[in-house]
Amino acid sequence: MDVPALFLSLRLAAWTMAILLPVGIWAGRRLAWRRFRGQSLVEGLLALPLVLPPTVLGHYLLTAFGGATPLGRLYEAVIGRPLVFTFEGLLLASVIVNLPFAVQPTQRAFEAIPSEVREAARCCGMSDWRIFRRIELPLAWPGILSALVLTFAHTLGEFGVVLMVGGNIPGETRTVAIAIYDRVQAFDTQAAGLMAATLLLVSLITIAASYSTADSPGRRRG
Amino acid sequence: MAEEGLVLRVRQPAPIPLDAEFACAPGQVLALVGPSGSGKSSLLRCIAGLLTPAEGRIGCAGETWLDTARGLDVPTPRRRIGFVFQSYALFPHLTALENVMEGLGDVPPGGRRSRAQALLALVHLAGLEDRTPHRLSGGQQQRVAVARALARNPHVLLLDEPFSAVDRSTREKLYGELADLRRQLRMPVILVTHDLDEAAMLADRMCILSHGRTLQSGPPLEVLQRPASVAVARLVGLKNIFAGTVVSHDPGAGTTLLGWKGRLLPIALQEAYPAGNLVAFSVPADGVLLLPPDAGSRGPRDTLLEGTVLSLTTLGDRVRITLCVEGGEPANLFTTLSRHVTARYTLAEGRSITFRLRGERVWLMPQAGGDREPDGG
Repeated sequence: MDVPALFLSLRLAAWTMAILLPVGIWAGRRLAWRRFRGQSLVEGLLALPLVLPPTVLGHYLLTAFGGATPLGRLYEAVIGRPLVFTFEGLLLASVIVNLPFAVQPTQRAFEAIPSEVREAARCCGMSDWRIFRRIELPLAWPGILSALVLTFAHTLGEFGVVLMVGGNIPGETRTVAIAIYDRVQAFDTQAAGLMAATLLLVSLITIAASYSTADSPGRRRG
Repeated sequence: MAEEGLVLRVRQPAPIPLDAEFACAPGQVLALVGPSGSGKSSLLRCIAGLLTPAEGRIGCAGETWLDTARGLDVPTPRRRIGFVFQSYALFPHLTALENVMEGLGDVPPGGRRSRAQALLALVHLAGLEDRTPHRLSGGQQQRVAVARALARNPHVLLLDEPFSAVDRSTREKLYGELADLRRQLRMPVILVTHDLDEAAMLADRMCILSHGRTLQSGPPLEVLQRPASVAVARLVGLKNIFAGTVVSHDPGAGTTLLGWKGRLLPIALQEAYPAGNLVAFSVPADGVLLLPPDAGSRGPRDTLLEGTVLSLTTLGDRVRITLCVEGGEPANLFTTLSRHVTARYTLAEGRSITFRLRGERVWLMPQAGGDREPDGG
């Protein structure tokens, strides 16, 4: 059992979730209510990680983060170390790969709030911030929660992109999914089996938690 | 200029054509009536600031909320309005009490709960404070929406078809409650409805709308009985609309003589239309009396006419009757009778009858545009 790899996976999933929570709410809310030019293109780009093979996505991210691009050079100049094959590079890739999982459920959740309910809140004299906090967020919360859970579970299970962008550096970029592959390659089926079972259990718990939120009172409307 | 009540004038060619003007005094109920798509809800949204018309001015209680000429458009949360939506638009995750408390942003936090409880008691919901909307009936949800709308001490109360989503018996109960409630209200109340009876029952004034235009405003009875135009007459459901000619006026007798397809009808004096003018006129259903000729006393402006029953349509306890009027060019007249009276007179399709046209109830209007005859058929 590669415990550091498991903790690295959990750390990566938690950070990805933390970054995508505000991004998902902002983007989902905006896409739900404001129509703008090129919206289909933006929505298409956001959904792209769902359909592209992880190796293709990983290849592009590896190229984009590398020292040959302005992004890679800028990061190296500011932080002092390269972006590829580091935890930060892995995190950035993970955030991009998980965008559809974070944005789409959130967008659907905001879309489901009737426009009249938001208008009624304005007619009550509530400020935009209060409407967001007291009305929109509680009503959209089950969707936001399921976005977070999906992001978390998907990050734990991501393999192709992680391998392409992060490589397999113990303690830096070796996630539990990579470690399982590594153990199988080394014919250490017992360790692989244990880690696979752990990953299965964690994923199952998070997904089950996601489904149970569908029953919360905010979801039921009279 | 300071206004006591609400004054509105808005105009825009598209996307929703609007050309409306009305005022509503404090304590008064103004009904905006028109078919769906006539722009009545859009006008309510203009008052609330949820829709900004291309041009116009809206003032209420001495404040100007919209003045496109000066580029002024006060945002919705800063307009003191109470809005009851057609779907009530309650906050589904909050209890009845919390729904009302959200409208009490101006009250110090310590006083909100007791104020919200008082408002719920006012709409007869004491004891149901902790229920969320999905555990309340339609009528109860409507009452929460009313309490929430009143929470801000609004300068105007806006009701968008508030009775359309409840069953009939609940609706009748709510009519009574609104009638009671309005005696305690000091602000103008704008009621949007497509139901003429509802408007006549609840409103002090009524404003008929069509394609975003205000066609006529006035007390409900006046609008219903004295439509200003053929368009209004049609919208208020008058079926008997015909073209005629003013023959003469007799101010002494209080009578105007109206020529109608070779017949002469004495009607109530209406000197606004000079003799010789082509006019349109309406006859309400109660202007046609199917009494036997010898029954009751005949009024000075009643005309006896001969006709044939063309059709009888039973609608519940009423029967809708179409008559073909003879003695001149034929014309179709519509009236209704209760079912047992129809049976007593043994009315049947094809039967010839004599009936009375009550000139007292005939109302003249400007001729409808063009050569098209304003026949109500």
